[in-house]
Amino acid sequence: MALVVEATRPISAASGNRAHPLKNHMPTAIINNQQIELKEGERLNCIQAAQRIGFEIPHYCWHPALSVVASCRMCLVEVGEKKPDGSVVMQPKLVPGCQTPVKDGTVVVADSPKVKAAQQATLEYLLLNHPLDCPTCDQAGECGLQDYSYKYGRGYSRLQEPKNIKPDKDYIGDHITLFTDRCIMCTRCVRFTREYSGTSELQVVARGSDEEIDVFPGRPCNNELAGNVVDLCPVGALCSKDFLYQQRVWWLKETSSVCPNCSTGCSIQVDQNDDCVYRLTPRTNPLSQGHFMCDQGRFGWKYIHAENRLTFPIRRKNGQIRTRDWDDIIPSLQKALTKAAARAPEKCAAIFSPWMACEEAFILASYLRSLSPKFRLALGPVRVAGEDDTYPKDFYGRPLEPVRFTIRAEKCPNRRGVSMVLEHFGSVATMGDVVAQASELEALYAVGGDPWGWLEPVQAEALSRAALTVVQDIFPSALSEQADYVLSGGSFAERDGSFVNYKGLAQEIRRAIRAPDGARPDGRILWELSGRRGLFSAAAIRREMAEAIPAFAAFAAGSLGESGVILNEHGAPQAKVVAAVEK
Amino acid sequence: MTAAADNQDVIWVEEPEIGFWEATFLPAIVEGLKTTIRHVTNYQPVTQQYPEEKPILPLHYRGVHRLNRDEQGRVKCVACMLCATACPANCIDILAAAAPPQWPDRDKYPASFVLDELRCIYCGMCEEACPVDAIELTHIYDLTGTSRNELMYDREKLLDVFDQTKDDPRDPTRTRRGRLGPAAEFGSLPTVAPATPITPGDRSAQAPAPGVIHPHKPSDWSRKPS
Repeated sequence: MALVVEATRPISAASGNRAHPLKNHMPTAIINNQQIELKEGERLNCIQAAQRIGFEIPHYCWHPALSVVASCRMCLVEVGEKKPDGSVVMQPKLVPGCQTPVKDGTVVVADSPKVKAAQQATLEYLLLNHPLDCPTCDQAGECGLQDYSYKYGRGYSRLQEPKNIKPDKDYIGDHITLFTDRCIMCTRCVRFTREYSGTSELQVVARGSDEEIDVFPGRPCNNELAGNVVDLCPVGALCSKDFLYQQRVWWLKETSSVCPNCSTGCSIQVDQNDDCVYRLTPRTNPLSQGHFMCDQGRFGWKYIHAENRLTFPIRRKNGQIRTRDWDDIIPSLQKALTKAAARAPEKCAAIFSPWMACEEAFILASYLRSLSPKFRLALGPVRVAGEDDTYPKDFYGRPLEPVRFTIRAEKCPNRRGVSMVLEHFGSVATMGDVVAQASELEALYAVGGDPWGWLEPVQAEALSRAALTVVQDIFPSALSEQADYVLSGGSFAERDGSFVNYKGLAQEIRRAIRAPDGARPDGRILWELSGRRGLFSAAAIRREMAEAIPAFAAFAAGSLGESGVILNEHGAPQAKVVAAVEK
Repeated sequence: MTAAADNQDVIWVEEPEIGFWEATFLPAIVEGLKTTIRHVTNYQPVTQQYPEEKPILPLHYRGVHRLNRDEQGRVKCVACMLCATACPANCIDILAAAAPPQWPDRDKYPASFVLDELRCIYCGMCEEACPVDAIELTHIYDLTGTSRNELMYDREKLLDVFDQTKDDPRDPTRTRRGRLGPAAEFGSLPTVAPATPITPGDRSAQAPAPGVIHPHKPSDWSRKPS
């Protein structure tokens, strides 16, 4: 994470006002001969402080979200102290940078020959028993050992004895697999299951050169956060069974997006190649979830490539399919909606899905309201499964405080964003009202998008009685089998837009892959339906929303940045996006 | 003489004087006729009567690919996809899978390996990229087929090419490396110069191979370089 140091030091101090040495004194530390200023109450270790000046101190076992063990010894640095009289006293021994706090007057030297020699020696030691099977290892290309070997290591091994090769584990979990021989014993995974999931399945067994990661017999690592140990593993020891051998990582293209599977709205990266998604990985975002994501989200994207997706639009007349051509369907739908709204505007209704992006909800709502201000807009069913699942948990599965990760019960990404749009337009109906009066409706525009189904059979049956039924969805349903118009939409990976999570953080989802032939991103469908010209642009819609809806004032910039913006009830951005420091 | 004339890069050449005989062009005509007559009387054909007569291609000729087998007859490829990465024509498509449990020395193998011989430009980069010397280019050049699909060579077809060519002295199994992974056969590799400079007293600098795993190797490594 690139952190910017702002020049906030008062001019009097900068000009060296010796008369009051303690007045306006900012605590400063010196890293590699560069000064950094420490903010009030900030607790940095040497690695984080060096990141401030854009210098990387190599590390394996340290992770900003986990406790410090200082076991890999990769971050050894020279540390000293600047005395008030200006002299610098260095400690004779190298110390682990992850464990050494940086305070006022701390001097860190991380690029001296002594440090480099230590890094080389540490790497050589870590690589002693490593099998060096990079060509067949899934981690190759994003491997900490590879990267640091190139940067800090030596080019060859001096080991003349046989390598100590430990057999791979047959089974440690449903989603993860452990190649024991590649492990460098950084214990990030062990600490994660202890501190985040709380389930403590993984542990270090045996000692010395027999040391390895394992689970207790009969207690595999199957908690809902287990997939994160794969991302945490700096080498190729822990791999995801789902992604194993599917692709080489250097072929994947990443797109920043948001996980749509619950209202936590974890920041993620969609890794794709050739319009095929291969994996989702969490993206660090202190404003949303932190560093991790749950397995429901991590593996819950397979429906994108499902066989039975709607891959063409349909116009039916008397139950017969008339056309599957977008160029016919959009104008004819416009005509049909206009006619219905002119005939009986109070009998027209639309159901908005909590899976829609804010922009899509805005275009659709403003289009329908432009046809008739009496068009009734309702929020569709919000799927809730059980209760919020918080982590860490204790041995018996009881949640513990403080909560570090929550899988929310609300299984949709944008209930809050769509509600905010509907509130602005004055939503005058509920889903129940619409269903109850469905048979009298002149026109019904229903947007789905929940891949796990969103309509009860009874509801679908009732809704299909409307005189004109329009369904915009990604999967066929009882309603789409009978609807007059079926618009084949896109999944979250195929759309541009923004989701507002449970606490009002708006984040962008970005188009990573092309929708299957014949399906179109919802934004584009609605853009054309509402008669706009040119290509769909989420940023243009966001600017429009910022002007129209006070609650979305923070959308004025068009882009929401990598971390997103927090919207409060009054609309003004609550906090400017700043790179927050991990506690 | 100016400074420019001193420049060694510029050489001034005078047109040679033409003498009397040269001006008649007769010596040049005689010289030309001599060459013609030599070719008429001393006839040596250069045309090869292909296909009755097959050419002997140079040893470095790059023809149809083969996938080598290891000592146990298994496909040697470990599905690392480095050939597909190196391929400038994008003609290699590999689907990897976990190796069957009967293969304890392997993590991964190619469940499907398809090479489009029509798309290939026969540059040989796949051969160079392969860490286990599993893919090699042979001397087979007369590649024909009745459809494009026929020339999409799959794993079995490529292994067949190996079976056909392995006994041909012009297509020897050039493989040095056997398998990858734990304790790979680094011992039998020739010494590769290390990427980083070695200090003179370094014991490993005198080892016959980097990362040598040879507990029973004759212990003459400690001898000083002469």
